[in-house]
Amino acid sequence: MKIVVCIKQVPATTAEKRYTADHRLDRAATEAIINPLDEYAIEQALRLQEAGAADLVGYLSMGPQSAAEALRRALAMGGDEAVLVTDPALAGADEWATATVLAAALDRLAPDVTLMGMASDDARGSLVPGAVAAKRGLPLLSYGAELQLGPQGARIRRLTASGHDIVGAQPPLVASVTDQVGEPRYASLKGIMGAKRKPLETWSLADLGIDAEALRGGALTRVVEVRAPERKPPAERIEAATAEEAASRIADWMQARRLI
Amino acid sequence: MTYRPTREHDELRAVVRQLAEERIATRAAEIDATAEFPWDLKQLLAQQDLLGASFEERYGGTALDGVAQAILVEEIARADATTSLIPIVQKLGSLPIVIAGNDEQKERYLPRLASGEWLIAFALTEAAAGSDVASNRMRARRDADGYLLTGSKRFITHGSVADLLTVFALTDPALGGRKGMSAFVVETSRPGFAAPRVEHKMGIRGSPTAELTFDEVRVPEANRLGAEGEGFRIAMSTLDVSRLAIAAQAVGIAQGAIDAALSYAADRQQFGQRVVDFEAIQFMLADMQSRTEAARQLTYAAAAQVDAGSREVAYWTSCAKLIAGDTAMSVTTDAVQILGGYGYITEYPVERMMRDAKITQLYEGTQQIQRLVVARQLLQRAGVPARGNEREREAP
Repeated sequence: MKIVVCIKQVPATTAEKRYTADHRLDRAATEAIINPLDEYAIEQALRLQEAGAADLVGYLSMGPQSAAEALRRALAMGGDEAVLVTDPALAGADEWATATVLAAALDRLAPDVTLMGMASDDARGSLVPGAVAAKRGLPLLSYGAELQLGPQGARIRRLTASGHDIVGAQPPLVASVTDQVGEPRYASLKGIMGAKRKPLETWSLADLGIDAEALRGGALTRVVEVRAPERKPPAERIEAATAEEAASRIADWMQARRLI
Repeated sequence: MTYRPTREHDELRAVVRQLAEERIATRAAEIDATAEFPWDLKQLLAQQDLLGASFEERYGGTALDGVAQAILVEEIARADATTSLIPIVQKLGSLPIVIAGNDEQKERYLPRLASGEWLIAFALTEAAAGSDVASNRMRARRDADGYLLTGSKRFITHGSVADLLTVFALTDPALGGRKGMSAFVVETSRPGFAAPRVEHKMGIRGSPTAELTFDEVRVPEANRLGAEGEGFRIAMSTLDVSRLAIAAQAVGIAQGAIDAALSYAADRQQFGQRVVDFEAIQFMLADMQSRTEAARQLTYAAAAQVDAGSREVAYWTSCAKLIAGDTAMSVTTDAVQILGGYGYITEYPVERMMRDAKITQLYEGTQQIQRLVVARQLLQRAGVPARGNEREREAP
């Protein structure tokens, strides 16, 4: 059983995001990390490998050359090999272009299970797992709180408002998992050192037989505007000399709004 | 001798920093308040292979270079000085085995120390013999079955939690500490060994500093490191290298205090502006950071000297520990000043850092001993014959 985990390099969650003139994230200006939601997919794949349910875990990423760092970091957590698809024509790729490229790379890697995080921390489109499954004509098990692989096939447990659903399918398939799978591990020192010796290949669009023209500039959609959230009015401060006076003013305030 | 921090060093720093911020910094205040050894963090460090960084690969270690080892200690100490002592003391206690042990002894002990399955402590200091190591009194009497160790040790970091000790005891009292002392590896499970008391300390409070007693503890000859009488040399060679980790610890404590002070000053408003906007505060922060950076770079330079097998290892590690320890003390004191009253209370971490910093001026050779080592080298280079208290100049 071969699992390929698709990961995305994103700006650090806490980093201040900068945008280019055409509303694209300036990736060079910010510290980059593995998309935190993808780390859960990595953790899930490694747990399946440790349990003997998978014999090979590979990683696939599409992004700029610097995304190789994210793949090395993933290899430091565990797993066996990684592929980066990078091409200047992919700058500004949207979910459709990303899914097209990932699907082509996955055709070559031919995993039994393609595993992804439920969304990316930067774009949050949540479309890529479904789009990749659709392009490759495979079943999709989405939003799993857990993925199980066994003789009966693959199953995910998906949390619902009233409990959970168990959804199954036969590999090859695409699955996405949530942050319920368990805390992602830290890379150990031996993992970091061992990762340098693991194979990491770089493929271009030409390697995948994709015509850059056919990607139509890498996107069917475009970002029209980037806006900061609207500022809320400042909180009203109540300052009083004594606790009693403060309490009575808070009570008045609440009463005026029919809160008490 | 030059050194060059590499991409690998940056990567190691990033990984250890994340681990330290998420898992260690969050425990630091509690460890300090309860003064309990953080077994959970020892387990975490072992699991992440961070206790084996100094050990050779054939013993299960990762054999990191000196700069990388310094970065590792620095980043843990930035979050919590107590926890940084776990890898520091693991190396300190193991160095006598690495320096003087034979292959069988290395095979027997190093793999379980590199993995963190066992903890080790370095038992040299005695109540009446601190800086003056040659005044040690603990005895190791030889008989047909090996040695019987009798006496006591004091101020032994991790002495009460260790599975193994490297112990220094007189095999020939007539020759004195310098010529008559030998080194032994002692399993703490041996009958007659006890750790009856743990000190109450100002800082590094989660790191137990124990008094150890040996009542006719039987140790086989196979546990002696090197030849009889080599104990003093082994101890000094150990400290020449190990004190570099204290320099790295001091740099980490200082950086932690700067980062805490900066974050506070950027948030705190007084007189209608952020505290960090006052030039007086910016100047303090700039001084703190540049001194810490100087101490850090000196520590890395010393690490490269150790790696290169320099003949002046003691000089370099003493220079680094002297500068880094004094920097940690002054920087943490200034950090408390920047936080004002908030710096003095346990709600913020800088008072703990200030208490922790003090120990870096005291252990593994006081700052005064470091100055003696540096001065000795200075005089030697200049061809000036040294005079004065011979014993003092031989001290660690």
